[in-house]
Amino acid sequence: MTEGTHSSKSMGYWQVVLRQLKHEPLALISAGVLMILIIAAIFAPWLAPADPFKASMLKRLLPIGSQGYLLGTDELGRDMLTRLMYGGRLSLVMGIVPVFSAFCIGTTLGLLAGYLGGRVNMVIMRTLDIFYAFPSVLLAVAISGALGPGLSNSLIALTLVFIPQIVRVAESVTTQVRQLDYIEAARMSGASAFSIIRVHVLGNVLGPVFVYATGLLSVSMILASGLSFLGLGVKPPEPEWGLMLNTLRSAIYSKPFIAALPGAFIFLTSIAFNLLADGVRSAMDIKK
Amino acid sequence: MLVYVLKRLLYALPIALSVTVISFMLVYLAPGDPLNAIAPADAPVEVIEALKIAYGLDKPVPVQYALWVWRALHGDLGTSIASGRAVLTEVMGAVSNTFMLATIASIIGVCVGCVLGSLAGYQRGTWIDKIATTLSVIGVSIPHYWLGLVLTIVFSITLGWLPAMGAGPGGSSEWAWDIEHIRFLVLPAVTLCVIPMGIITRTVRALVAEMLEQEFVIALRARGLSNKTLFMHIAKNTAPTVLAVTGLQIGYLMGGSILVETVFAWPGTGFLLNTAIFQRDIPLLQGTLLVLCMIFVVLNLLVDIVQPLIDPRMGRV
Repeated sequence: MTEGTHSSKSMGYWQVVLRQLKHEPLALISAGVLMILIIAAIFAPWLAPADPFKASMLKRLLPIGSQGYLLGTDELGRDMLTRLMYGGRLSLVMGIVPVFSAFCIGTTLGLLAGYLGGRVNMVIMRTLDIFYAFPSVLLAVAISGALGPGLSNSLIALTLVFIPQIVRVAESVTTQVRQLDYIEAARMSGASAFSIIRVHVLGNVLGPVFVYATGLLSVSMILASGLSFLGLGVKPPEPEWGLMLNTLRSAIYSKPFIAALPGAFIFLTSIAFNLLADGVRSAMDIKK
Repeated sequence: MLVYVLKRLLYALPIALSVTVISFMLVYLAPGDPLNAIAPADAPVEVIEALKIAYGLDKPVPVQYALWVWRALHGDLGTSIASGRAVLTEVMGAVSNTFMLATIASIIGVCVGCVLGSLAGYQRGTWIDKIATTLSVIGVSIPHYWLGLVLTIVFSITLGWLPAMGAGPGGSSEWAWDIEHIRFLVLPAVTLCVIPMGIITRTVRALVAEMLEQEFVIALRARGLSNKTLFMHIAKNTAPTVLAVTGLQIGYLMGGSILVETVFAWPGTGFLLNTAIFQRDIPLLQGTLLVLCMIFVVLNLLVDIVQPLIDPRMGRV
C-alpha cells in the first residue's frame, strides 16, 4: 500500500508528496492560515500593539473596533488583539508538543512491539489496551486533575492520551512489513535487528504514522484548550485561548462577540490542522 | 459464536481489573497528602490521626485498594468528603443525567450523520456532497465547549428562546419528560451531537462510496434491481460499522461531556468530576472515574458482541 516508500527513494517520495500537496487548494490555504497564526505567535512581542498583562479598570470590556483597541479589551481591560497573539504561543505549543512527543514515543514502542512480536508485543499491546478502556477526554481530565493544574502537567496528560493510539498504528504497519520477503532476505544476510528496523522498516512505518499524527493535531488543540477552559491547564494571568474563553464567560451577556473571540481562534486552528491533515493523507495516498 | 462471546468476556476481565487499579491509583499521582483536603493545615496531630483512621488512610495502599474494590463490589464507594453523602448515590444520579444527554446527542448525531453520509456517498462530487463534507469537517474540528457558548449567546441571550443553564426550572435536578425540562436539554444535546455527527458522516460517506463500487452492487444493478432494494443491501452492509462507531461514541460522549456540562451547568458526571478535582474529594473522584470507565468497558464489550451478529458477511457462525 505504500509503494515507493523504500528508504533508498525516500527523498524522492517526499518530493512527490509535496508536489501532490500543491494540487490541494484547501490544504494550501490551511497551511497559509497556520503560518500566519504561528508567525503572529512567535513574533508577538514585536508585532503586538500593547502589553498582554497591562490591566486597566477604566477600559474594561471595550467593544470591538474601539480607538486603539482593534478587537476591544477583556474583563480586566487588557488589549484583546495582543492577548490573542500571545495566547497563540501557549495554545499552539499545547496542541503540537503532545502530538510530537507521542509520535516519537509511540512510534518507537510500536516498532518494537511489531518487529519483535511474541511476548514483547503482548506486554506492550495489552498494557496499552488498558488505556483504551478510558475515553480520551476523561483520561486527559483525570490525569491532569490528579497531577494538578499547570502547563507541563497538561502536556504530560495529553501525551499519555495519544501514545496508545499511535502505538497501535505503528504496530500494525510494522507487523505487516515484517512479513515481507525483503525483510526476510535482510535478516538472512545477517543484518542486525536495529539496522533492519532503521533501513527497511522505518521508511514504511513513518508515512502512515505521520498521517495519523497530523490528524491528531486538531484533537490535541481542542483538548488542550479544553483543559485550560476547565481550569486544569495554564494558570491565569497567562494568555491562552482556552483560559481566555473561561475568564471571559462572565462577559457573554454584555459583550458576546469579545467573549466568543478566543474560541473562534481555537476553531480556526483546529479546522486548519484537520484540512491540512486531509490534504497530506490524500497526497500520500494513505487510506484512513 | 458462544466461544467467541466467552473469549471476549474473558478478555474484558483483566481490562476491568486494571481500570479499578488506575481509577484508584490516579489520585496518588498528585503531590502532597490526600488528607490536606480534609483537615485544615493547623489541625492537631490527634485529629489528623483520627481522620486517617476514619478514611482508612492509615493502612498500606494495597490494603486500601483491596478494601475499596471489595466494598465497591458490594455497592459501597465510600463517602464524599465535600458533601458527606454516599459516593454511589451522587454518582448514580449524575450518571443518569449524563447518560441521557450522551444518548440523545448520539441519536441526533447518528441520524443526521447517516442521512448526510449516504447522500454524500451516493452523489459524490455534487453540491450535496460538498455541503455534507464541510459539515462533517466542522463537526470534528469545532471546540464543542465554544459551540455551546455561541449557542447560548444566540438562543438564550439574544433570542431568549431556550434556558442557558441547568437541567430543569428553578435549578431542580429532578428530571421529567415534559416540555419544561426538555427545553433545558436542547442546547447541550445539540452542542454535543456535532462530534458523532461529523464522525458518522465521514464513516458512512466512505462506506457507501466504497460499497457502490463493489462487484455485488454492480451485479445487482445489472440484474435490474430498483434503487430502493439496492439501498437495503447497502444499509445492511453499513449497519455493523455504524453500530460500532455509535456504541463507542456514546462512551466517548459520556466521558467527554465534562466540558459541555461545565458550559451548561448540567448536573452530570462532568460536573461531579469538576467538583471532585477542585475540592480534592478523593472518594468522589475515584468513584466517578470507576463508574464511567466501567460503563465504557461494558459498551465496548456489547459492541464487540453485537457487531458480528448483525454483520451479513460474518455468516451465521
